[in-house]
Amino acid sequence: MPLFEAVLLALQTIRTQKLKSFFTMIGVCIGVTFLIAVVSIVEGMSRYMEDDLVGKLLAVNTFEVRSRPNVNIGNTTDEMWREYSRRPRLMERDVAPVTAVLPEGILWAPMSSDGGVTATTLTGRPRGVNAVNTSRIYFEIKKMGVTSGRIFSPQEDEVGSLVVVIGKDVKDHFFPTVDPIGKELRLGNLPYTVIGVAESQGSALGMSFDKFVVAPYNSPLRRLTNRQKGVIDAIMVKSPSEAVMLTTMEDVREVMRSVRGLRPGEKDNFVLETSSSALSFFAKIKQYLVLAGVVLPAIGLIVGAIVIMNIMLVAVAERTREIGVRKSLGARRRDIMAQFLVESTTLSIFGAMAGVALGAGLAMAISALTPLPAAVALWSVILAVAVGAGVGIVAGVYPASRASRLDPVVALRSE
Amino acid sequence: MSADLTVTAERRAVTSASGSAPDKDWVIVTREVTRQYEMGGEIVRALRGVDLAVRRNEYVAIMGPSGSGKSTLMNLIGCLDTPSSGEYWLNGLQVSKMSDDALAQVRNKEIGFVFQTFNLLPRATALQNVELPLVYAGISSAERKRRASAALDKVQLASRMTHKPNELSGGQRQRVAIARALVNEPSILLADEPTGNLDSQTSEEIMRVFEGLADQGQTVIMVTHEPDIAAHARRVVVLRDGLTASDDSGDVFRSRLGRGH
Repeated sequence: MPLFEAVLLALQTIRTQKLKSFFTMIGVCIGVTFLIAVVSIVEGMSRYMEDDLVGKLLAVNTFEVRSRPNVNIGNTTDEMWREYSRRPRLMERDVAPVTAVLPEGILWAPMSSDGGVTATTLTGRPRGVNAVNTSRIYFEIKKMGVTSGRIFSPQEDEVGSLVVVIGKDVKDHFFPTVDPIGKELRLGNLPYTVIGVAESQGSALGMSFDKFVVAPYNSPLRRLTNRQKGVIDAIMVKSPSEAVMLTTMEDVREVMRSVRGLRPGEKDNFVLETSSSALSFFAKIKQYLVLAGVVLPAIGLIVGAIVIMNIMLVAVAERTREIGVRKSLGARRRDIMAQFLVESTTLSIFGAMAGVALGAGLAMAISALTPLPAAVALWSVILAVAVGAGVGIVAGVYPASRASRLDPVVALRSE
Repeated sequence: MSADLTVTAERRAVTSASGSAPDKDWVIVTREVTRQYEMGGEIVRALRGVDLAVRRNEYVAIMGPSGSGKSTLMNLIGCLDTPSSGEYWLNGLQVSKMSDDALAQVRNKEIGFVFQTFNLLPRATALQNVELPLVYAGISSAERKRRASAALDKVQLASRMTHKPNELSGGQRQRVAIARALVNEPSILLADEPTGNLDSQTSEEIMRVFEGLADQGQTVIMVTHEPDIAAHARRVVVLRDGLTASDDSGDVFRSRLGRGH
């Protein structure tokens, strides 16, 4: 019997036994529901971490040369902190040797920042802002445009003019109703002219990324972002591709090691921080979460398989006469086997599909009602349906093989 | 009488030629078939060596009281079962040693079953029931529909194709079953107590269908315990205790039946 016929027959049987089919599916349905819900939440969290949080802090294909990591997601021990604090700081004199090895087509910018610089205007209330000293290339690396005004010119960059590009929150605080371009913003008692307002960078975990001011690297603001003379926070390096980034990182690592006078075998006392290095700890947690999200529903699926097997055994017993009739009309063993296997598989796939819908709904509900984000991953849907089919086949093999082996004489005699 | 004797001699010749394939004219040849099975630790010898030879186009009734072995013989002839010993040739094929799946294909091609309890699938329509043998023969859906509706038309049920069995009368159900049995154009139509669940008027109606089929050249084998029904056949084989007790033409059987009354 062709597969198509077998599927039609299975659908017909399921339709005529709605309630029983529903109970048959329920185990697989619940298992898949939790599979989808857990995987969706984990996936949502990870997408959030990668795109919204770390992606905002560290741009794509970009690494930052730093003394110690800037983004720490729960994976730093006390011992590591002590080691970090013993590390020598990154110095302005390191910039030249590092940037000398960068190939053509690579963008770089020096950067110092301090999250607690107080900004004032003559009329507005003082407010803490994240002050950044960098070059105009910073905007290109971060793909940060301006909604009004402009970024600083090469000349302003060169001489360290008293100009700033401000974030949306800073504009909203100090200049809620007026155009801030050309207005004055005081940072460390020096008047800076606002020349641009940056596009909103959004927020993550309730933290706004728009509370910043960016000034040319050589502007006096540098004395606030790094009090020690000659110290710099980071050199940002952006490559056109991940492959270029990886080879460039190797070159920069060698330069840094020689600048630092490290012997072979000694550990790096600096970091080349990328979004994936910042996420390495989260990636580890995610593995465990995904594992839990797969193993726990697997228990549900095993129960679901046992339920299906039982119901199929009952179905075979109930339909012994039908099997006898089919055999008398020429059904071979494999025809009967296929009939029951397709039926159990169809049931199970239906259960899995219902589970996908319920699980996605559950994930959406959780993301709507709690701060946990959720994203239904296509691979989890495909996995769920494939698992559903697998459960149906495994659970159906024994009942189907029993059905196929029935003696037609005995089967025809049964009531 | 002499004609009858010639026939008997021919049959004896074909059933005794052990090991050789009978002439194409013989649809069914059994040679010394036995069937025994265990039941509650006891060995039941349902058939003790039955020789039966049926020519194409014959209309044979197999009769006997319950326990005579007629059902076992029907299962063997219908390829639902295989003999414990002996040979069974169906349409030139020795089926006594075939595998389950090979038997299934023989049933599909060579045999059309009509059962006492109709054995229609309750959830399927008349048309779907008649299509079933064609499904297992691997025939395309459109061709199946065409042939199944033609078969239903032949038993005057063209207007009932979409009815389910529980929407049909007993006689109609049995005619659906006959359509299903004939749709694959089998070598033999094998009916097991076809009128057992029907009232006498409907029984007559079904017997007329069988007679019509026999007139058109269809080989019909009918198993029954009712002499009145067996009397419709053109040849009656009576079994007793797993052996052939008599094998007569319908005329002889009917005259003997008349004397008995």
